[in-house]
Formats: sequence, C-alpha cells, structure tokens
Amino acid sequence: MALDKAPDQEDNFLAGLATRLWHVTMSLAEPVMAGIQRLIGAKRMPWVFLAPNLVFFATFVFVPLLIDFGYSLTGGTHLFLSQRPWDGSAQYGHLFNCQNFSNPNSCEQDRFWHAIFNTGTFVVFQVSAMVLASLITALALNKRIRARGFFRAVFFFPVLLSPVVVALIWKWILQRDGLLNAWLTAFGGSKVLFFISPHWAMFWAIFVSVWAHMGFYTLILLAGLQAIPGDLYEAAQMDATSATRVLWRITLPLLMPNLIVVVVLALIKSVQTFDEVYVLTGGGPGTATLMIVQYIYETGFANQVQNFGLAAAASVVLGVALFFLTLLQLALSRRKGEAL
Amino acid sequence: MSLLLKRRHRNQWHWTDVAAYIYLCLGVVLMFGPVIWLVMSSFKTPSALMEFPPSLLPLTQKMAQSSGREALPLYTLTQADGTSREVVQLHRMGIMATIASPNHPDQTSQVSIDALTPERHIEFATDNYTKPLREFNFLRYLKNSLFVTIVATIITLLINSMAAYALSIYEFKGRTAILLLVIGTLMIPVTVILVPVYLVATKLALVNSLWGVILPGAATPTGVFLLRQYMLTLPRDLIEAARMDKASEWQIYWRIVVPLSAPALAVLAIFSVMWRWNDFLWPLVILNKSEVYTLQIALNAFQGELQVQWHYLLAMTVVTLLPVSLVFVFLQRFITSGIATTGMK
Repeated sequence: MALDKAPDQEDNFLAGLATRLWHVTMSLAEPVMAGIQRLIGAKRMPWVFLAPNLVFFATFVFVPLLIDFGYSLTGGTHLFLSQRPWDGSAQYGHLFNCQNFSNPNSCEQDRFWHAIFNTGTFVVFQVSAMVLASLITALALNKRIRARGFFRAVFFFPVLLSPVVVALIWKWILQRDGLLNAWLTAFGGSKVLFFISPHWAMFWAIFVSVWAHMGFYTLILLAGLQAIPGDLYEAAQMDATSATRVLWRITLPLLMPNLIVVVVLALIKSVQTFDEVYVLTGGGPGTATLMIVQYIYETGFANQVQNFGLAAAASVVLGVALFFLTLLQLALSRRKGEAL
Repeated sequence: MSLLLKRRHRNQWHWTDVAAYIYLCLGVVLMFGPVIWLVMSSFKTPSALMEFPPSLLPLTQKMAQSSGREALPLYTLTQADGTSREVVQLHRMGIMATIASPNHPDQTSQVSIDALTPERHIEFATDNYTKPLREFNFLRYLKNSLFVTIVATIITLLINSMAAYALSIYEFKGRTAILLLVIGTLMIPVTVILVPVYLVATKLALVNSLWGVILPGAATPTGVFLLRQYMLTLPRDLIEAARMDKASEWQIYWRIVVPLSAPALAVLAIFSVMWRWNDFLWPLVILNKSEVYTLQIALNAFQGELQVQWHYLLAMTVVTLLPVSLVFVFLQRFITSGIATTGMK
C-alpha cells in the first residue's frame, strides 16, 4: 500500500501533543491489559483487541439488521418490538397494493411508488452522466498538461463539501433572483422558476449530484489510466494511429475494469441518494424528486404518525435491491481479478 | 533525421491537447465558480442580496452623513451638458427623484431617475457572520459539530486500530469469519437499518444526545480494512523481537504497531473528520432538539424556515465549509492517495 509519509513533520506541535497523550493513556491501561493477558493467556488476546469494535458492530449493525425484519412484520405505532402486534406480511402488502404498477397514483402507498419511479429516473440519468463526465475529465487530466495537480484538486474539491453545503450553494444560484436567472435575462431570456417545474427540479437534482461527486470517480478512473503502459501509446504513435482510434482500441478496453467498478459504485450510491436532493428540492414540487430514502425517513421519523413498520418494510425492499447490486459488484470484480 | 522528426512531433500541439485545456478551464469555472459566488454573496448586506441583476462584489450604497438629518444615499447626477456631479437623494416618486447637493440639503430640485447612478463602494457585511454566531446559537452548533468530529475520530482511530491489529498480526481460529463479518458490514448502508438503529439508540438513551451521533458510526469497517492492509506490510521480525524481550501484547500494540502505522492512521483520521463533519441523515434522525443540533442540521433547519434569511444562511454555509476546505488545502495528497489505495471515501 503506497501512502505518503505521515504529516507529522508538518505540524510538529499537534503530533507532539498527540504522541504525549497517547503515551500517557496507553501506559495507564498497561497494568490492566497485562493482568488480562496473564488471566487468559496471549493466545486469546486478539479477542480482547477485537472486542470493542465487535460490540459496536453487533449493537449498531447486526442486531438492527435482525430487528429490521421484525419491524417490517409488525404493525402499530409503538417503537419497542415487544409492544408491536404481529402483522405478518401486511406491511409489504400495503407497499405492494397497486392496481396498476405502471401508475403510482393507483397504489395505496402512492408516495412509495412515486419514490421508486423517481429514484429509477434519477439513477439512470445520474449514473450515465456521472460516468461520462468523470471519464472525460480523467482523460483530459491524463494528458501531458501543465498544472495537473491544480486541475485535479479543483475537480475533486466538491467531493469534500457536505451535502447540505452543496445543496445550499446551488439553491442560492438557482433561486428566482439568482445568478442563473440573471444570466438568462441578460441574454434575452426570461426568469425560470426551477423548483416549481418537475422536470427542471429533477434535472438540477441530477446535475448537482453529479457536480458534487464526479471528482471521486474521476480519481479512480485517473488511477486506472495512469496504470496503462506508456509504450502502447508510443507504438500507436509510431503507426500514426488517430486519436479516436487510440481511445477506442487502447484506452477504453484497458480501462474497462475501472469503468465497471465506477459504474457499480455509482449505482450503489445513486440508489441511496437523499441529502443533497432533500435539501435542494425537499422532494418537490409535489413528489417530483421524492427518493426512496426520503420516503423511508419521512414515513419513519418526520411524519406526524411515525410508521416504523412501513418504513422498515420499505428499507428491506431497498436493502434487497442493494444486496443484488453488491452481488453484481462482487461477480464483476471477481471476473476482473481472473482477467488480470 | 528520424529522431529529430519524432521529437518535433511530440512537442507539437495536438488538437486533443487544446481540447483538454479548454475543457479543464471551463471545468474550473463550473466547479469552483459556485463556491466563489457563495463566499462573495455571504459578505453582502440584505439589500445588496435582493438586488437584481446581482453584482459579484459585495457593494453597498454610499451614504452622506449630514448634521441634524438622517443619512442620505449618494448618487452621481449626469447633467444635460454631459458633466456630472455628486448629489444626495431626498426622496423618490415614480420616475422623478428629489435631489440636493450634499453640502446644501435644503436647495432641492427634481430630476428623472434615469440621470442618477448610485454611488457604491465595496463593504464586507461582517454582521452576517457575527450575528448568527452570537444571537442564533450558531456558536453552539459549531461547538457541537467540533465535539462530535473530534471525539468520534479519536474513538474510531482507537478501536479500529485495535481490531486491525488483532486481524493482521495474529493467526487465530475465527479470523477469517471476523474478516468476512467486517467486509459484510461494509455492504450494509445506514439507510437500510435506519429504523432499528433508532430503536437501539432509544433503548440506550442516546436520542437527542451528541453521543448518539458519535457511537453508532464509531466502528467503521472501512477503517478496519484500511489499517489492516497497512499493518500486514509491517515486518514480522520486529514483533517477534519484542516478544523475545517479554513485551506484553498490549505493549506491542501501542509501542510498536500503532506508531509504525502513522501514515494509514493519518489517512483514516482525515476521512473520519470529513465523514463526521459532513454527516447528515443520522444526526437528522436522532437530534430533534435545537440545543444539540450540529452545524449541518442547523443549516438545514434554517433554510427550511418560511422567510429564509439568506444573508445569515450564506455566511453560516461558508463557516461550515471552511474546515474541510482547510483540510483539503493542506492535506490534499493524503486524501487522494487514500482514495486511490482504498477505492473508498
């Protein structure tokens, strides 16, 4: 694993302070740990080291995962499982009670189906735009250009911003008297109320989310591009191969494993989209940009009546979808491993 | 001869180079422009923010202070003969304005407002920053965010490094099972187990407490994975030598393995700071009282109000993005190399 050296030379004071604190606390723990070791023997010590992490995993991941199914099979509005009446598959029945699956309005839980359709639209357009944008950016960054580090940093910067900050930056630009409308009127157009129109709202939800995350995928693709041996390009140059031919015959085929990783990662993230879109549009106008995770959040927590059972059932549905996406990822990465 | 030709060919500008530069420069405007726009806007007064079309710089109307009267806005009057002079505007009705010379406010005259251009100067409305921090509790939200970020990062580094140590240095029965468990956890996103984690947090009395934000995400599978991969590369002889010297397992952990893993720990620390500072969905679920809000939750609540006070909101957004930007400026290469090696963020 190639990592740069730790930044301890750069901030000596902080590193010194951390080191001193570390030494003091760890020495204090020493007699206790030595006692434990004497008691159980060095062979069992790894379990002691694993214990805190495992306790956290168990409490906040594995137990909840089991409870999740329990919730989805019970009804009522109580939080604690013991107080909730057994409901069988009724919650799923509510979710899937539709006269016509192609029309969300005919469903009992119309918001759930609106959310599914919206998430579907969002995923298709966001993932394709994301992959295309990060591929083009990675290709441009991979050329022999000046100030590559600067350009790379600029494209990466939004990745670090919080979803709330990202959404607010764009909300401010896109509002009625915002920068974009100022430009539109300056070029002879008229103001557009972007968050009143369902199509514009969806467009900007996709745009903003690509803007915020493309730097991450660019970085993965750039690493892949830099791993392609340079002599291939030199040979192509000797043969006076055209740039487009080089792209289709050398670059893209050799980048394929990384592209697959990027597509699947982007898919898994995209299905779970919540925060940026929630702050930017609030799921509106109406239900035009309501996503599955927002549906879960509102059903379980934000609505007047907290319907934990329905929220849990919806999150089990989401979990199943993600499970299959993960299987796809594993299958593809295994094939990639065999090819290499 | 052929060598010369090859050289020249390589130094020539190909159209793809030009295209790349144009694309990247447009990219800089698109990726960085919005952030600049935010920072500039955050220094504008409410009236400057209402202006349409907006200006880039935070400009405010110049005012003339005269004795015994309220301050009056200064304008430049373009006269019929083409010359211009400075005037103050007393009041305005329709397209006509009543003006006067700044020195003699009593001698008024009427002009069309088309002849008047406002005199403006750059002024940074620092009120946008100081007021919400002092009066709207934003200092508290800032403290909450700092507390969560720092404490969570320390806990994460400690317990993750312990687990990674156990999984990399020892060979023991059940190691593969635990490793699979860790990787399995990696696949379970918080969105899927939102409701039951909330139940667990309620049972543990963690709702509406900052510990409720910190603890559920403290054991990160990403962190264990990243640290373990690094610790596997450490020389085994060193550990064997320490055992010969009768060092306890705990001493090997904290005196040898952790200091040697500093580079990987630094990467995890940076990641953890970013995760925690930017965390949104889980705090949104578990924090319902405004005293315990983190910055992100407070910003969201503030922007959801009926009358959005954009001047405060924008300034607080800048405060929120400042720490991660500083981390980025100073530690960019650790972040990018961390992502390149783990494929995670």
